[in-house]
Amino acid sequence: MRRSMLFIPGNTPNLLINGGFLGADALIFDLEDAVSPDEKDAARILVRNIMKYMDLRGCETIVRINSIDTDYWKADLEQIMPRKPGWIMLPKTGCAADVLTADAEISRWEERLGMEPNTVRLMPLIETALGVENAFAIASASKRVGAIFLGAEDLTADLRCKRTKGGAEIDYARSRMVMAARAAEVDVYDTPFTDVNDDEGIRTDAEYAKSLGFTGKASISPRHVGVINEVFSPSMKDIKYAYEVMDAIRLAHEQGRGAIALHGKMIDAPIVARAQQTIAMAEEMGVGKAVQHEE
Amino acid sequence: MEIIKRAIAGTLESSDAYVEIEPGDSGIRCELESVVEQQFGDSIRRLAEEVLADCGVKNANIRITDRGALECVIRARIEAAVMRGKGE
Repeated sequence: MRRSMLFIPGNTPNLLINGGFLGADALIFDLEDAVSPDEKDAARILVRNIMKYMDLRGCETIVRINSIDTDYWKADLEQIMPRKPGWIMLPKTGCAADVLTADAEISRWEERLGMEPNTVRLMPLIETALGVENAFAIASASKRVGAIFLGAEDLTADLRCKRTKGGAEIDYARSRMVMAARAAEVDVYDTPFTDVNDDEGIRTDAEYAKSLGFTGKASISPRHVGVINEVFSPSMKDIKYAYEVMDAIRLAHEQGRGAIALHGKMIDAPIVARAQQTIAMAEEMGVGKAVQHEE
Repeated sequence: MEIIKRAIAGTLESSDAYVEIEPGDSGIRCELESVVEQQFGDSIRRLAEEVLADCGVKNANIRITDRGALECVIRARIEAAVMRGKGE
């Protein structure tokens, strides 16, 4: 379950050591934009040590390395790969070839470290017009790609438009990213909401992203994590309905019936698939069975 | 490995450590300033010696200004200072 991903600057010890307590499902240790060029070396060493010695309380670890058009990304991997990160986030991914370049280097490290191929997943960060147009090619470029992530700040700079709270300027990119990710059968994550003090704004923005089909959303502030988790979790009503669907399916099978209806509506394959996803998430949240038996 | 120039790593912010290293010729000399000196001074000095040994540094003067950093942070800052001091 990965509803929220929280960015943590890679050279800031007090945030790195507390990352596991901030409620996010995944932590993004950032070696790119959050670190100045003359501190890249120290940040990689610090992140490597945090990953080695700190208990991150079950949070998934994603490391945002520098983009492949810089001199830093291979040194980032050299320090980080021995810690076997769950994910590498590749910024400024513009096309499938960018994915393959990073994939080849990660594969070399996996082999050197005796790891199973594709153990470390890749999450391309799509933040240019070219990247958005190539979203499906990026998402399906390698088995290693498990998710794609929209970065709206750089994208709007590339589009030469202003980033607004309403987000009309990124509507096309959001829809296209979701379509590409679902077609490639990978997860898709929405851009952070950047006004850290706007509690209503983050809720509206997260709800909109969920309505489009995003798997979850990134955040640059721990303040937003709770709202994101809440929005991207199934509601108690959804969970209860999902169990009802599965019960109806079971009963129909027992009775040898083909067509199944629940509350006057036909239950078809997509409804069953959604119910299974909801139950899997509910069980991961530890609320599955309790809701099932609630009146 | 030899420290060939003075180098620093880290900051004076809370939970961090500021590490200065310079060439030396008589083993490891460690100076420490820490708010937890009384309780953890010896273990921080031992940590510094251990990290320097792991890096293959036999002679160096090191000064650590600790702002309540965890062991893994101090370790990272010493490693970074060594990396910079050896000219990489």
